Order: sequence, then structure tokens, then C-alpha cells
Amino acid sequence: MILRYLTLLAALWIMAMPATVQAQNGPLRITIDEGVIEPLPFASPDFVAENTAATQLAADIARVVAADLTGTGLFREIPKDAFISQITSFSSPVQLADWRAINAQALITGAVSAGSDGRLTVKFRLYDVFAGQELGSGLQFDGTQAGWRRMAHKVADAVYSRITGEAPYFDSRVVFVAETGPKGDRKKRLAVMDYDGANVQYLTDSSSIVLAPRFSPSGDRILYTGYETGFPKIYLLDVASVGRQVLENQPGTMSFSPRFSPDGQTVVYSLTQGGNTDIYRMSLSGGAPQRLTSAPSIETAPSFSPDGTQVVFESDRSGTQQLYIMSANGGEPRRISFGPGRYGTPVWSPRGDLIAFTKQSKGRFHIGVMRTDGSEERLLTASFLDEGPTWAPNGRVIMFTRETQGAGGESSLYSVDITGRNLKRVRTEGGASDPSWSPLQN
Amino acid sequence: MTYLTRAVMLTSVLALAACTNPGRFGGGNEVNLGANSGSGAIVPGSANDPASPLYFQQSVGDRVLFAVDQSTLTPEAQAVLDGQAAWLMQNADYTAVIEGHADEQGTREYNLALGARRANAVQEYLVSRGVAGSRLRVVSYGKERPIELCSDEACYAKNRRAVTVLAAGLTS
Repeated sequence: MILRYLTLLAALWIMAMPATVQAQNGPLRITIDEGVIEPLPFASPDFVAENTAATQLAADIARVVAADLTGTGLFREIPKDAFISQITSFSSPVQLADWRAINAQALITGAVSAGSDGRLTVKFRLYDVFAGQELGSGLQFDGTQAGWRRMAHKVADAVYSRITGEAPYFDSRVVFVAETGPKGDRKKRLAVMDYDGANVQYLTDSSSIVLAPRFSPSGDRILYTGYETGFPKIYLLDVASVGRQVLENQPGTMSFSPRFSPDGQTVVYSLTQGGNTDIYRMSLSGGAPQRLTSAPSIETAPSFSPDGTQVVFESDRSGTQQLYIMSANGGEPRRISFGPGRYGTPVWSPRGDLIAFTKQSKGRFHIGVMRTDGSEERLLTASFLDEGPTWAPNGRVIMFTRETQGAGGESSLYSVDITGRNLKRVRTEGGASDPSWSPLQN
Repeated sequence: MTYLTRAVMLTSVLALAACTNPGRFGGGNEVNLGANSGSGAIVPGSANDPASPLYFQQSVGDRVLFAVDQSTLTPEAQAVLDGQAAWLMQNADYTAVIEGHADEQGTREYNLALGARRANAVQEYLVSRGVAGSRLRVVSYGKERPIELCSDEACYAKNRRAVTVLAAGLTS
């Protein structure tokens, strides 16, 4: 048992009781669904450098671990100048009383060793300070010095998972559209970055419009819509080689809004012919595309269920944009959205339990979630223009595009917890739109 | 005029228009080449040459506007398209790409599909007035290419458009 403090606050019946009493009894967890009120205080002293070459990395890694945790809104870092004792050796016993005295509920210690061959080894331990014991056993990660941020994310992922019981998500990337130039002459190109905005790499130039990239389930390929031919067409891009190929190039048609199936073998997308937009699927190993919808209305923005058997999409067959679910082989869809307003860009959660969407109502845009039967709709955000949600690999956090209004309007990326808390901007160099979160890296 | 001459001329006129015109995507009415000032004579390729793309853009009208979330052609739009059809019938060397656009009040994918509906409505109308379908292609830009930048209905109304952009010759 460990971090009881937060869990206590989370449970309403406990909230009336003094926190110190609950600290003795509660299970040591942050239970996110219950809506944490008070972030859990933790200490993350600089990791111990086991050789001189590791000195800077030891400080940097501890800093990124702390940033990952505080970025969730569930944790609060205790400033280093409050520390009573320092961690100078990874193997010596820690003075838990010193950390208890500054009310650190969790203590993260680590050690970093940098080889002359460019290798990097990171070890860490997580302590439940008030329980007076280690939480889980120490872990060691081996990687490269160039990839030190990933090592930090792995440490933070392990801490996050042990304390919240949730699957990790920090060691992940996001592909998005990087934007430059004024609203009337916007240049767009594909870029990929770490989930926290670091390590940006550009994948295309800005010579033609690119839209709405989507990561493959293994994170090695990207689907997107590009205007390279003068007409919107769907492309497949290999992340390592940056090589790209057009997937759908039937003359007289447009294709867009592609997304992978969970096994990465199939693509669902929209094809427009004669002004009418329907949903198709194609196998990446070849063969004729299969038409999944056949209606005079607009059918677009398809997204597979995690088991690959169903597809959620938007259609205006009722007169306005609404959400529908159909078999992954087509057939009669069932409508799941019934509230006032318009619903678009549905995305199935990686856990399978929720569908995130964009909602337009009374001149405002919202990101929301609902259950797959359409019940329990919750709007998480509101602004002049929010759209295009994408799920963190653990299904707990949603990233999306927010655009400001007016002639100086700009797009940026935001993230929000599915409880609606912790709305924040994701730092990018310039404008950014259309994020797609990768799976957790291996 | 031979096809080649016309194609070359068209290219240069379009290039000039692209440099002059702040609304890059098919232009507005503010283009003024100044090529015909004073003389009153018709300078080939200028805005007062009825066979020129500039004349098409400025005098015939290269665009029609739509109501919110609609692709229905208004009577005003039909009148403009009647003029476009007549011009295209008389100037058979040209093909056209019809660009469909939406305002920013909508999701990206839906607006792509909506722009396609608008472009298609224009194409179908021109074909119904006798223009060969093989001379017309359609493309949607969704909300990617606003010409008016404010976030008010005054701007949105001009962005909900389909623009007939002339191209030189050859059907494919």
C-alpha cells in the first residue's frame, strides 16, 4: 500500500475526515475516475550520476520525470530547496523521515551511468514515504544517451502506473500538422514529436497541403491526406525512411480521412465521387477497395473499434452530422448520438469503452466523450473551435486542435483528461493541428 | 489564334494575375493589370478582351456563393453559371477546375465533403447548360483556403464558395 493521501480525498465519504487519519488506513492509490482534488506531493531529487559523463543527464532525466508526472495534474513536485537531505548514493538506505518531514508522499530516486560508447543506463526506485517502504522493486532501463528523454519517460511511466494503476503513456509520440504563415496563406507540413512536444522531426515539406495524419498501431507508418497531385488523396508514409506512396488515385475522385485497422493491415477512408462522399476500406496487401456505405449523404471520419469488428463514423443522413456505428464490413448502421447540435470526428478509445468526438452546438465547439451506445455524453472542453480528438495510448487523456478566432487565428494542440480536468496546451514551435497519438513505444 | 499561342498567353496572364491578386485562389475583383489604360483598344488577354481568363474572372464572374451548410445553387448563382457556361462554350480551348470551399465553422473532414458537394453542384449545372463534362474537374479545399479571414458571417459568406478556375487546354 502506498499513496493513500489522494485516494482519500477522492472518496466523498472520507473527505470529511482528517487527512492524517486516512493516511494510516487508505489504499495507496490515485483513483483517477473519482476526480482527484489534491495532487499527490512527490520528491524527485536529481538522479545520482555514476560517472562524470552522466552528470548533466542525471539532472535532466529527473527533471523530465517530474515534468511528466506534474503534467498529469495528479502529482505535485516538492521544490528541491525544501529538501532536508540529498540522495548521493542509489544503493544507500534513504532517510525517509527527512522526506516525511516535507510531506513527500512519494520519493523517486535514480542513478544514471553513461558509457563512452553512447549507451545509457538508468535505474530508479519509488518509495511510499509514509508507509516506509519501496513501492514495487527497482527497475533498470538501458538505452542510448541520445534517447535519454525516452528513458526518463519510461521511469515516469513506471511511477505513474504503480501509483494510479493505469496503463502508461509518456513514452509515446504524436504526429501532427505543423503550421506556419498567416491564416490567409498557411503552410502545412507533417511533423512528429514526443508526446510532450520535444524532439520534433518534419516529415514533409510545405509545398502542398497535408491534413489529418494517423499513426499505425505499431507506430512505424502514417496515413495522411495530401494535395500533391492537386487533389486530396490518401498517402502512406514510412516513418523511418520518410518514403511515401499514394494509396488511392482513381481519376475524378478525392480521398481523405484515412485510418488504420487495429492490426494495421486495413485502411478505412472516405472517397468522394460525383460530389458524394462514402466510406470504403482497402487492404494494404492489395485487392479492390470495398465500399462500406452507399448513401447520398456525407459519410466520413471512420474509426475502427479496438477489436476491429466495428467502425464508428459521422453522417449527415438525418439532416445534420451525427455519429453512427456499423460492422467493419458495412451494413445497416445504428445511430448513437442524439443530443442537440452536430457531432463529428468520432474516435474509438483504445480501451474500447468510450468514443471521443467533436460537437458543435450554439456556435461553440466541444471535445466530448460518450459510451459506445451513446449514453453518458460528457463535454470536456468548449471554445471557438476545438476539433479532432486523439487518444493517449492508455485511453485516459485526449489531445485535440484548438483554433482561435479572427484574422489572426492560430491553431495549437491541447490535451485534457477524460474527466475534463487538466486542460493544457501542448508546447509546439509554431502553429499545430490534427494530432494523432502513437501507441506506447517498445 | 493557335492553341499554343493561347496556352502561352494564358500561362503568362495567370502568372501575372497570381502576382497581382491578393486573393490567390481564383482572385477577387481588385485585379487591375493596367494593360489597356487610355487607348480603348482591346488588348488581347486583358480584362476587356472577352476571350481572356481575366474577363471570365471579372466580368463573367468566376465564383458563386452558398448558404450555411448548403450546396444548393441560388438564382443569383445560376445566373453567374449561365454566363460561365456561355463563355466556356465560346472558348473551347479552356478546361476548368471547380474548387469547392467551406467556411471555418465545421470539422475538417465534413468541410472537405461539403466543398465537394458545392463544386459538384457547379459542375452539374455547367454540364446541364451544355459544357462537356470532360472539360471540368472538381476539387474540394474544405476550410483550408479562406479568402476572407475574419470570424464573422460577413467573411464566412464569401468563403462558402465554388470558384471556376480556368486552365489551358487538353482534357484528360
